[in-house]
Amino acid sequence: MKMTGARILLECLKKEGVDTVFGYPGGTVINIYDELFSFKEIRHILPRHEQAGVHAADGFARATGRVGVAIATSGPGATNTVTGIATAYMDSIPLVVITGQVPTALIGNDAFQEVDIIGITRPCTKHNFLVKDVKDIATIMKKAFYIARSGRPGPVLVDLPKDVQIATAEFHYPDSIDLRSYKPTVEGHPKQIEKAVSMLMSAKKPVIYVGGGVVSGDASGELCGLARTLGIPVTTTLMGLGAFPEDDPLSLNLLGMHGTYYANMAVTHCDMLVAVGARFDDRVTGKIATFAPHAKIIHMDVDPSSIRKNVRVDLPIVGQVKDVLARMLKVVEENGDKAAEYRTSLGPWLAEIEGWKQKHPMSYKQSTSVIKPQHVIQKLRELSDSDAIVATDVGQHQMWTAQFFGFREPRTLLSSGGLGTMGYGLPAAMGAQAAFPKRQVMAICGDGGFQMNMQEIATLVQNRLPVKIVILNNNFLGMVRQWQELFFDKRYSQTCMELPIDFIKLAEAFGAAGFQATKPDEVESTIRKAFDTPGPVIMEFKIAREEKVLPMVPAGASLNEMVLNA
Amino acid sequence: MRHTITVLVENEFGVLSRVAGLFSGRGFNIDSLSVAPTNDETISRMTIVTRGDDQILEQISKQLNKLIDVIKVIDFTDGEAIEREMALIKVTAEDDNRAEVLRIVDIFRAKIIDVTSKSFTIEATGAPAKIEAILELLRPLGLKELVRTGPAAIGRGAKGWKG
Repeated sequence: MKMTGARILLECLKKEGVDTVFGYPGGTVINIYDELFSFKEIRHILPRHEQAGVHAADGFARATGRVGVAIATSGPGATNTVTGIATAYMDSIPLVVITGQVPTALIGNDAFQEVDIIGITRPCTKHNFLVKDVKDIATIMKKAFYIARSGRPGPVLVDLPKDVQIATAEFHYPDSIDLRSYKPTVEGHPKQIEKAVSMLMSAKKPVIYVGGGVVSGDASGELCGLARTLGIPVTTTLMGLGAFPEDDPLSLNLLGMHGTYYANMAVTHCDMLVAVGARFDDRVTGKIATFAPHAKIIHMDVDPSSIRKNVRVDLPIVGQVKDVLARMLKVVEENGDKAAEYRTSLGPWLAEIEGWKQKHPMSYKQSTSVIKPQHVIQKLRELSDSDAIVATDVGQHQMWTAQFFGFREPRTLLSSGGLGTMGYGLPAAMGAQAAFPKRQVMAICGDGGFQMNMQEIATLVQNRLPVKIVILNNNFLGMVRQWQELFFDKRYSQTCMELPIDFIKLAEAFGAAGFQATKPDEVESTIRKAFDTPGPVIMEFKIAREEKVLPMVPAGASLNEMVLNA
Repeated sequence: MRHTITVLVENEFGVLSRVAGLFSGRGFNIDSLSVAPTNDETISRMTIVTRGDDQILEQISKQLNKLIDVIKVIDFTDGEAIEREMALIKVTAEDDNRAEVLRIVDIFRAKIIDVTSKSFTIEATGAPAKIEAILELLRPLGLKELVRTGPAAIGRGAKGWKG
C-alpha cells in the first residue's frame, strides 16, 4: 500500500518504538502534523520553543536510555533546534531531530523559511541527512536511529523537504542495516584487557575516573563490581555522577574544577588512573601538564578519537565500556584470591585518602539568618524519593547540586556538561517527566537560566507534567559573578539581575503553584509543601546572594591548587 | 611533519564539506586536497596533504574515521606512496627567454600546451618536489599564473585498495 512520505515517517518512528515526540508545527511540517492528527500510537508534546523541544527529547533520552525525538519546521524552527542539538552532541546523547525543509525545487532559492540546516548542523551532529526521494525515507530513518544509538551515541538530524512528505511510496522498513563506512567497535581487545588487569593490580595507588560513558553505556553495574572487588576508589565527572553510588565508602565524589579536595588530591597522587568512558575535559584536568603526574593511564572508551586527544595514555582499550569492564571483572574473578589480597594491599592508600577526606570534607557554613543553597540541595535529597530524577541548569546551582545532592543511581542527573547550556534544566526535566509520569522529577535552576526557558511552564501545565521547579534565587548570574569577585576585582559587570521577579505570580499566571522561602527555617516546609502539591510547582529560595561554589580550581591551574576558602 | 592521507568516502552529497569542515573546525592544516570518483562510482577518493606532530596526525586519522561517510583512511608515511601532481604554468616568454623556457620544459619532460608571442603555458607532471624544482627555475623568468592540482597518491607494491 502506498503512503505519503509524512505517513512513512510516522510508521518509521513506530517501528523504532518511539511513543513520545516533542515538536512544533509550521509550514514545512504541516503534512507530518496532518498525519499525526489521526496517528494514535505517538504522543506529541508541544513545547513553547523548539530549543526546549530538543532539550526535552534530550532529557527523555538521558532518563530512559532510548533515542529522543524532536520535530521542527524549516528556517527559524530548525535554527532554534541548534543549541539543543549541540548540547546533546557534546554529551553524546542519542537524538533524532526531524526538520521540515522547503520543497526540493526551491532549495537554494532563498525561499520563505529556508535555511541550510544540514550545513549549519554538520559540526554539531553525529551525522545528518537530507532526504531527496520519498523512497529513501525508511532507509534513512533506519540509519538515523542506528547511528544515533550505536557506538558513541549522538544526535542525528533528518531534513525532510515538503514535497518528499507529500509524495507517496510503498513502506518497507529494513530489519537491519549495514553501513560499510560505520562499524563501531563493541568488544575490547582481549589481550589489552588482560594487560589492563595486570597493570591495574600492580598499582599501589589506583583511582578509577568515571565519565558519562558509563551512564550512557549502562555499565554502572560492571563498574561497581570491578571497583568493589578490587577495592579501588572511584571519582566521577559531572556526566558520570550516579554511575557509582556517592554514599559508597569507595566514592571520592566529583573531581575537577569544583570537585572535592580528596578526589583532586587522589588523582594528583595516584600511580594508576583508569579512565572509563571519560574524555579528559579541561574542566576535569585543570592544567594538563600537571594532571595525574605520577600515574600510568589506562583509558577505555568506545570512541577511539577520545583516546590520546588530551593526555598521554599507557594502555588504550577501544570498546563499549560495559563489555570491557565485564571482561576485566571476569579476569579478576578468575583469580579470586589475588583480588582479595590486592584489596587488602590498598589499605595504606585508602588511609591516605581518608586523611584528605577528614581534612577537607565537602562543606559549607550554615546560617540561621539566610538560606544557604547547599542546605537546600541537601534537604531536597533528604525529602525526595530515592529514585527522583534531577535536571539542572548551568551555573552555581548546578555545581552545588553535583556537590551536595549525592547521586546513587545512573540516569538520575540530567545536566548539560559539555556545552554548558543555560536554559536546559526545565525542558530536560519536562522530557524526563514525560517518560516517567509517576516518578518525582525536579528541575534545579538558578534565576538566570530559569528565565531562558521559563515559557515551558505552559507545556508542563498543559500536559499535566508535575515537574517540581527549584529556583535558587540570588538575583545574580552567580557563576560569572563568582569569577568577577575572584578574578576581576568584584567588578560585577552585567551580572546583577536587578529586576526582582515575582516567580510565585509567574507560576500562577501559567496555572501552576508557587511557593517561596526566604529564611532557613522555611526551607524544609517549602519543599514538603511543593512535593505534596499535585502538578507543576515552582519553589523559590532566596539564597545568600554572594555564596560561592568551593572548592575551586582556577581555570588553567593544577588540580592540587584548589581554592578552598575565599 | 608532512603527511599524505588518502581517504575513501561514500560518493555522496556534502562529503567534501564534512571533511573540510572537520579540518577547519578542529584547527588542522590542509596543504592540498584533491578529490574525484574512483573506479567504483559509489566511492570517491581524496588525497589530503597535511602537517602536524604525531599526536595531531593521529587525531586527524581518528577524526576522519569517525565521520560516518568515511570508509577508509590511509596515512602514507614517507616512501610508502607514489605521489604525482600536475601544474599548469603560464610564463612570460619573450626574446631570449623563449629558448630558456623551452630548455627547462625539455629537461623536466613537461609540455607546452599553449603559446602566444609573449607567453608559454606549460603542463608539468611529477612528484611535488619536481614541480617545486621547475617552478624555482621558471619564477625568475616571469611567472604569470600557476595552477596546481595538489598531489594524488597511490601505495607502492601489488596491493590495491578497492575502488
